[in-house]
Amino acid sequence: MTQLWDFAGGIHPPENKHQSTLRPIAKTTLPEYLVLPLQQHIGEPAEPVVSVGDRVLKGQPVAEVRNGMGVPVHAPTSGIVEAIEQRPVPHPSGMSDWCIVIRPDHEDQWVALEPVEDYKRLDREQLLELIRHAGIAGMGGAGFPTDIKLRPPRDRKVDTLILNGAECEPYITADDMTMREHAGEVVSGLEIMAWILRPSRCVIGIEDNKPEAVAAMRQAVEGTQIEVLVIPTKYPSGGEKQLIRILTGQEVPSGGIPADIGVMCQNIGTAVAVGRAVFEGKPLISRIVTITGDAVQDPGNFEVLIGTPVQDLLAAAGLQQERLNRLILGGPMMGYTLTTDNVPLVKTSNCVIAATEKELPAPPPEQPCIRCGQCAEACPMDLLPQQLFWYSKAAEFEKAEHLNLFDCIECGACSYVCPSAIPLVQYYRFAKGEIRTQRAEQLKADRARERFEARQARLDREQQEKDQRRKERAKAAAAAQAKKQAEADNAAADGQAPDDRAAKAALVQQALERKKAKTAAQTSEQPAPAAPDIAEEKPDVDALEKQLTQAEAKLNTMQGMLDDARAQQAENVEKLERAVAKNHDRVQRARQALELARKQIAEQPASSQ
Amino acid sequence: MALVQQSSPHAHNARPTSRVMLWVILAALPGLMAQTFFFGWGNLINVTWCIALALVSEGAILKLRGKPVAFFLRDNTAAVTGLLLGLSLPQFTPWWVSAMAVFSAIVVAKQLYGGLGANPFNPAMVGYALALISFPVAMTTNWAEAATLWGDIPGFGDTLAKIFTGSQTAVDGWTMATPLDEYKHKIASHTSTEVLTHPTFGNLIALGWEWVNLAFLTGGILLIALRIITWHIPVAFLGGITVMSLAFGSNPDQYAPLQLHLLAGGTMLGAFFIATDPVSAASSHQGKLIYGAGIGILVYLIRSWGNYPDAVAFSVLLMNFAVPFIDHYTPPRTYGHHKARRGLPGRNGG
Repeated sequence: MTQLWDFAGGIHPPENKHQSTLRPIAKTTLPEYLVLPLQQHIGEPAEPVVSVGDRVLKGQPVAEVRNGMGVPVHAPTSGIVEAIEQRPVPHPSGMSDWCIVIRPDHEDQWVALEPVEDYKRLDREQLLELIRHAGIAGMGGAGFPTDIKLRPPRDRKVDTLILNGAECEPYITADDMTMREHAGEVVSGLEIMAWILRPSRCVIGIEDNKPEAVAAMRQAVEGTQIEVLVIPTKYPSGGEKQLIRILTGQEVPSGGIPADIGVMCQNIGTAVAVGRAVFEGKPLISRIVTITGDAVQDPGNFEVLIGTPVQDLLAAAGLQQERLNRLILGGPMMGYTLTTDNVPLVKTSNCVIAATEKELPAPPPEQPCIRCGQCAEACPMDLLPQQLFWYSKAAEFEKAEHLNLFDCIECGACSYVCPSAIPLVQYYRFAKGEIRTQRAEQLKADRARERFEARQARLDREQQEKDQRRKERAKAAAAAQAKKQAEADNAAADGQAPDDRAAKAALVQQALERKKAKTAAQTSEQPAPAAPDIAEEKPDVDALEKQLTQAEAKLNTMQGMLDDARAQQAENVEKLERAVAKNHDRVQRARQALELARKQIAEQPASSQ
Repeated sequence: MALVQQSSPHAHNARPTSRVMLWVILAALPGLMAQTFFFGWGNLINVTWCIALALVSEGAILKLRGKPVAFFLRDNTAAVTGLLLGLSLPQFTPWWVSAMAVFSAIVVAKQLYGGLGANPFNPAMVGYALALISFPVAMTTNWAEAATLWGDIPGFGDTLAKIFTGSQTAVDGWTMATPLDEYKHKIASHTSTEVLTHPTFGNLIALGWEWVNLAFLTGGILLIALRIITWHIPVAFLGGITVMSLAFGSNPDQYAPLQLHLLAGGTMLGAFFIATDPVSAASSHQGKLIYGAGIGILVYLIRSWGNYPDAVAFSVLLMNFAVPFIDHYTPPRTYGHHKARRGLPGRNGG
């Protein structure tokens, strides 16, 4: 028996999973139209590569990401592009975003597929490109592009590849049913990822409340090196950090990524998608979604085409409109409520809960915190939720950050147990948002200050130069004036009794002064007459020096951005890490080049003399 | 269709504060029953009187503060404060002493500091300590003598009359020094064996008191099992007393023996029901251990070398002072961090 570890805290909410596992995964009928948001992943939104009125084939890319991080979007069936417009998308804010709307032609005609029979004959890069072109982004909820995730930073080696089959949130059974019915595909997808990463250990972690899935996976991994580990049911065991702790006993460093400790987690659905992309050449155009809740008559799992509106799924499961009180996308612990059922299901949608009022009643009014500590007992990150709440509420963000506010994973365990019905997670989100805004503003202010100071310095310099010139001009003018005066005096003297000697002396004096002024002007214009020669001799040193300074400045900026991103646990940490590494290389190269050039120059005069 | 908009989590378990407090009250009942069994009706009358007063003063001050009265009264916290005072006060405490204790607990210690959740000091113990300092005679001479048999205790009417009218009734013959008090004052001039012949000690440890303490211990274990309190404070509290007693008080001719410390006086009530008041206690596990141990050590110090026979109230209040300090230096180590971030931000905060 392999050793398992426990994580702090955790809760045991009612599972409510049996309702949606009673029947096998079904398929929905083709909806009237499919709505494909251009941004279903973390990174840059995809850009449409089709126009309104085009006919597209099933599996044809309709939007691609050319610059930056992201994955393409494919047509889930053949049909006509009816519109490219803003539509409501699944988002906690209920916002609208750009979508491609396709009206199916019911022919379901595939593009030409290019399955790969033996992926081991492809090199790593080709496989990753293939995964990217299949539009695969983490299907567990975050939507991080899978090809990028499978490319850990160069200095990080993934020793343990974990497939997350914990599915700890109540109600959701999409992964459970996928493992039961598509165990073979899960394993082959996992094998591909393992082949890319070459870990020494490959583990599938499944909670012990899914015996059928465990049995199916155990059978499917026979003859492979993959381990299936059954872990105790406790929310949130499926949280990436918690699952890593359970299976390896290690902890992901705060602000870091699992690859920092040689671990990577992948989602069950993602594994299936990778397998299909390679063996069948099919892009990600459908996924398994759980539809459950007391307001539907026929809860279960459906394989839905990406872009299917939630209302179609609700209809397929027999929604009783009058009983519907709350519509949740995701689970009851971390999912968010939808404002309308007119949003499409996307690559990251795993569950829709149509809840009645009785099922998920509104929480009672918030009472004062009595510091009972139930939240600290439940916190899987070993935080002090009540202190965080106190500081968040009092807007003492510095103290909240000091107590590791940004390590909160927003799992909701604290709010779940709170006897005073305090919506704790909401307070933490507020505090995090405020801190992020403050930081952004601080950054903006810093930049503005830098810009201002640079401008001020430039203006000062210009002013000095101007003053200098003005002084010179004044001097010249004074000289001219003196000369004029002298001439006038001369003239006057001529008219009366000329003192030739005095006039001559004045003229000589003037000439001397003119000459002096001219020399001074020349000196100020060309501070070092010898300089051009030297500069000509070693122009590349200056250029290289400049290059190095620039590279160093850029590295600093990137490092700063990375630190910020880490502190905020932003999603682009990995991307920034790579950028920092790249810039680091660039600085190294510039430094080396500079040293080389310096050496050459040092040697040159020696050899010429 | 008007869909409900709510931030996650959408599921909540159903054990509100009011029910937590109700469990505390229920868990204290075995102790109250044992008190009644051994010491007569006094505690029961005290408890009823204190709870009623607590609810009335809480309601009145909530009204004055412009807070929703029914909403806060339903949380049962005032009732628990009343209950704890009723359980702690001597059986024949005059009604006005209890009233003053309850009033200072609810109005001063709790509501004037901001009400539920905002009081730095344990309200019941503020009330108790104030009563003890202000009316030392009333608070030390009104302890009932433990009855050896059920039928032998003063009647309900007599007890009621003693408490509310102060009338000299048959009850007067039934007051006696508590075991801790007796031991403390006699041991200076007697040997341990001589002291223990006094009827207040009975045949076991301290007549009646040991059963009362065991009943509170049972209730306390129930609270731990229900996850209403954690084991840290009670265990550290009892551990503190034990360590102090073993280290300094091993000679019974000088100091009360350990079993007397653990099973006489308010030890178990204090360890499981009073020190564990979450509002005024330390919050992290490590902090709770320090807080509990501190109370245990102070209890021993005051009982052995101080002027008071028992010391739970003073010890709890003294450690309440230390709670913010303890809390700053005992945060748990968060997942993914090498060590806990102690102290305040910017100062020693690594």
